This record gives sequence, structure tokens and C-alpha cells, in this order.
Amino acid sequence: MRIEARLRDSARRFGEKTALAAGAVRLTYAELDAQSDRLAAGLIRAGVRPGDRVLTVLDNGHEAVLSFFGVWKAGATPCPLYPAIKAEKLAGILESTEASAVITQARQRATIETAASLTKVRPILIVAQAGPGEENGDALRFETLVAQKAQGPLSELTNDEALALLIHTSGSTGRPKGVMLTHANVSAACEAVVSYLGNTADDVVLNVLPLSFGYGITQVVTMVMAGGTLVLERSFAFPRKILERLAEVRATGFPLVPPMAALITGMKDLEPDFLPHLRYITSAAAAMPPAFTERLRQLFPATQLFLMYGQTECLRATYLPPEEISRRPLSVGRAIPGTKAFVIDEDGLPAPPGTIGELVVEGPHVMPGYWGNGLTSVQALAPIADGRRLNTGDLFRADEDGFLYFISRRDDIIKTRGEKVSPQEVERALYALPGIREAVAGGVDDPVFGQAIRAYVVLEDGATLTEREIIRHCAGRLEDYMVPKSVEFRDTLPRTTTGKIRLGAGETNEIERENVA
Amino acid sequence: MAEAIENTVREFIAENFLFRADAAVANNQSLLETGVMDSTGVLELIAFLEQTYGITVADNEIVPENLDSIDNVTRYLSAKLAAA
Repeated sequence: MRIEARLRDSARRFGEKTALAAGAVRLTYAELDAQSDRLAAGLIRAGVRPGDRVLTVLDNGHEAVLSFFGVWKAGATPCPLYPAIKAEKLAGILESTEASAVITQARQRATIETAASLTKVRPILIVAQAGPGEENGDALRFETLVAQKAQGPLSELTNDEALALLIHTSGSTGRPKGVMLTHANVSAACEAVVSYLGNTADDVVLNVLPLSFGYGITQVVTMVMAGGTLVLERSFAFPRKILERLAEVRATGFPLVPPMAALITGMKDLEPDFLPHLRYITSAAAAMPPAFTERLRQLFPATQLFLMYGQTECLRATYLPPEEISRRPLSVGRAIPGTKAFVIDEDGLPAPPGTIGELVVEGPHVMPGYWGNGLTSVQALAPIADGRRLNTGDLFRADEDGFLYFISRRDDIIKTRGEKVSPQEVERALYALPGIREAVAGGVDDPVFGQAIRAYVVLEDGATLTEREIIRHCAGRLEDYMVPKSVEFRDTLPRTTTGKIRLGAGETNEIERENVA
Repeated sequence: MAEAIENTVREFIAENFLFRADAAVANNQSLLETGVMDSTGVLELIAFLEQTYGITVADNEIVPENLDSIDNVTRYLSAKLAAA
């Protein structure tokens, strides 16, 4: 079933129930359904056609949720982007997706216009939150589209093999890759999540995770499937406010990532059991340090803690049943319902327990491929009887009972704050700074971020760059989570005979790879 | 004293965060909502205040009312230093 059909279904069953609360905006299921219908009609009137890509550059808010459903109802594919995206990267995505429209908010408008001016693509621009006096130029107002009555009913769409999402993630080449997920993929993953979390219409999920990444998007889809309430907040910058909000809205579900757990477990004055309504906490994106797990269980004794693992390419792959957590605090569990996840050896055969190998995921949730790349050109994918097989590129081992443990990436991708970051993308930013002769980026183990990004640089003779100057330069070119946390100055970056830069002794993580300069 | 604090805070923000945003930020504008500061930035700001002024920012003081605009930081810090 297509995802917007799940919204129509919930609107029929739970029409007057609150579907979404974000800031001062509260929408019932009936309102979310009707407003996204009008947005869809507005997009179609503006020229969006079935199969088109529509980029969204939005903070967590009702506009982001309306945009997903509006774009789906128009038969097009949302391509959600992290709102702090820089113009140059956005330009590349505009070109490769040939997006017919961009939905954004007033604050990001200048970035979008700069990006578009670097390309030949001329998307329809839809801007939310523009001030009353602001000159709108050629752009359409989001609020106008949502308010305008539709001329007639939208045509019913049935193709669930159509693309539901195009999510950009770091590729090993340093260019972002567009992960294509069909309506069937997203439904399969989210139905599995709803079943193991036991979501119902009584659930209230408070989400601070960005709706541009898989973990955030699954919160939207699972709540709509279950008929629950989604409460959106923009960030976890002020943890105390979010903890108060969890109590205020009587949240039953709270998805987080380990850096958020670090902030909560670091607070000294919290009383255990201060959120008695909280039924579950989920953690994904990076391994949860066992000390955090233990403290969370003290603070939330009645709350189930789910440790999970996923990749954008399949949204979710494994989860650890909460009752296993004291026995296997380091495991991310087993395959989600209706799918398989297992470790293979060098020959592609199932690896025995304890042996480190690549994790393979099979099932109806696995993507059909990357944007602009046919299935056949993606080595990591193969069709199987029920869905597809994905070679994750992550190294795992399994214990005797088949529970899985993340070891590391097989390639040089850095996993930080739960996001994949390509060292080449960081290095390109470093090389753009005059004064840097050689640069390499790597991950160093970090208890909170999984890995933290460190830049190793050799300066030109006479150059006097400081660590802060280099970090600041990177922050002007990269999304915040890609910016190096530290810089190490070197006289040389030693090379192997094949010309690879090799950083060895002294580093927690050994880095050996091609220098792309 | 408030003026000196305001200048120091403004300088820190300009030097560390403003490259993230396109425009300058007004004293009463939310640093988070304008995209000037992100959640990591809040922690950097706290570390800066603690180091520069020798104070300890308590967990329950990490709220927007104290830290989410130049005005708020100035007000919070002035009160904190006066109480010390």
C-alpha cells in the first residue's frame, strides 16, 4: 500500500484525533489529510507531474510533514535535505535529480536561489514562513497552496513500486548518493517497526531527529500507520526543555541517538521515574555505550529500551528485544520481522558465530538502487525471491544465538553522530583552503559520536593556519555534522609505495587509503 | 558590565558561529531559530562562558531563556556574576 493511503485510512478511523503537534500548530488526522490534499493539488497546478522529484529543505515542523504527504499525493517523490545544506552541494543535487520544485522556508531561500543559479535547473520555488511584507518574486507561498480549495478530487494512485523517497547519503567517492526507496520499501520497514515497538493509536512520539534522515522519517510514517500522535521539536539543543515537553505531552515513545543519551545521562539532578508515561526509548545510528544504557534504565525503570541498527538503504535492519539488553548490552539484536540479517565471510557464505564478516540484509525493505545508477551497476545489491539483498559494507559478528554486533565500516566512510561521512568530502573542503598542501580526514573513536572527525593536514611553507581557522573554513562549506572536531598538523603525511596516505602509529584508528588530491 | 559581557558574547558568536548564517544577528534574535547556533554550538557556548567567566552553568540553566539570544546570555551572565 502507498504511504498516503495509510494517512487516508487513519483519517477515516481517527479523523478528530491529533496527528501532529509542532510548535503552536496542531493538526488532526482529518486536517492533515485535507491540507496535504490541497498542497498536492497546488503542486499539480504549479506544474509538478507524477514521477517528478521535489526537494524539501525544511526544519522539523508541520510544513515538513505536509510536504511529504502532499508530494506523495501528487505522485511525485520527496527528496528531503538537511536544512543546513550548503548551496554548492544543493546545486549538485538539483542537477542530478532535475527537481521540478523545491519546498523551503524563508530562511533558506537565498541558499536555494544561489544553488539554482549555479545550475540550468529552474525549479518551482515554494516558500513557507515568508513575512507578510516580503517580496515573493516568482516563488509561491506554501501557506497559500495549503489554504486554496482544490478544483476536484485528486486521482487515486496505486503504484507502490513508485519512488517514495530519495534520501542523499555520503558515498565512498565523496559525492552524495541518492538512496531510492519505494512506497513498498518504506511500508515494509515501517510495518516491521510498528509491530516490534507495538505502536497503537494511543502512542505519542516526541521526535527531535531531523526529518531529512531515515530515522526521523520513520517516526512520521509509523505514527500515521498506527494512528498515533507525532510531536515535533526542532532539536535537542536544550535538553531540559525536551524532557519537560516529554512530560507535558505524556509522550509514550522517544527516539534518540547516543549523543542525546550522553546529555541526558550527564544530568545530575534527574529523579528516577520522572517520565512514568514513557513506554519506550529507541536508539539507533551508533552503538550505545553500556554505561549510558545502564543509567537510562535507572532513570526510566518502566521504559523499554530498544537498541537498533539500520542504513538509509533499508531504513531499519535489526533491533534488540528489550528483555535481552542486560544479557547483550553491546548487541543491536536480530533482523526486524519479515526480513533477514546475517554475517557472510569472504566467499559470501554465512559466517560461523564469532567470525567477523560483512552484514547482509535481505527483504522487501531493501532499496532498488541509487539514483542515476541502475540496479545492475550497484554491486552491493542483488534481487532475491522476496525483495532484495543488500551488502551493507558494515562489518559485524554474530554470537551463538544469532545476535549481531557492529564492529566497523569495511570502507573508509566515517560514522559520526550516526551519519555516514565521506572523508573525501571533508578533504575537498580542506583542499579549498589556501595554505593547505596535503590533507586527509579520518575518524577517531569517540564515546559519544561513535567516531569524531579529525583532519590531518600539512601546511604550505610559510602558511600560518590555526586549528580554529581550518574548522571555521570547513563549517562554511560542510553540513555541521561533517565538520572536523579537531585538526592535527603534520610535517608530512607518509605514503605507501602505491601512493596511499598512511596514518599509523599513535592513531586510535589506522587510516590507509587513496589520497584523492 | 553588561555592555562588556554583550561585546564578548557577540564577538564569540561572530567568530565561531556566524559563518554558518548569511546575515548578522540582532541582540534579541533566537540563535537557534536563525540557524546561527546548532545543538553542538550550545555546548561550545557553555564551555566558552564557563572558561571565560569562571562560572559553572548548571544543568537546569541550559534553557533558551538563558542562552538563546545575545540579550538572554547577557542577562543570565550578569545575574550569575552578580550572585557570585
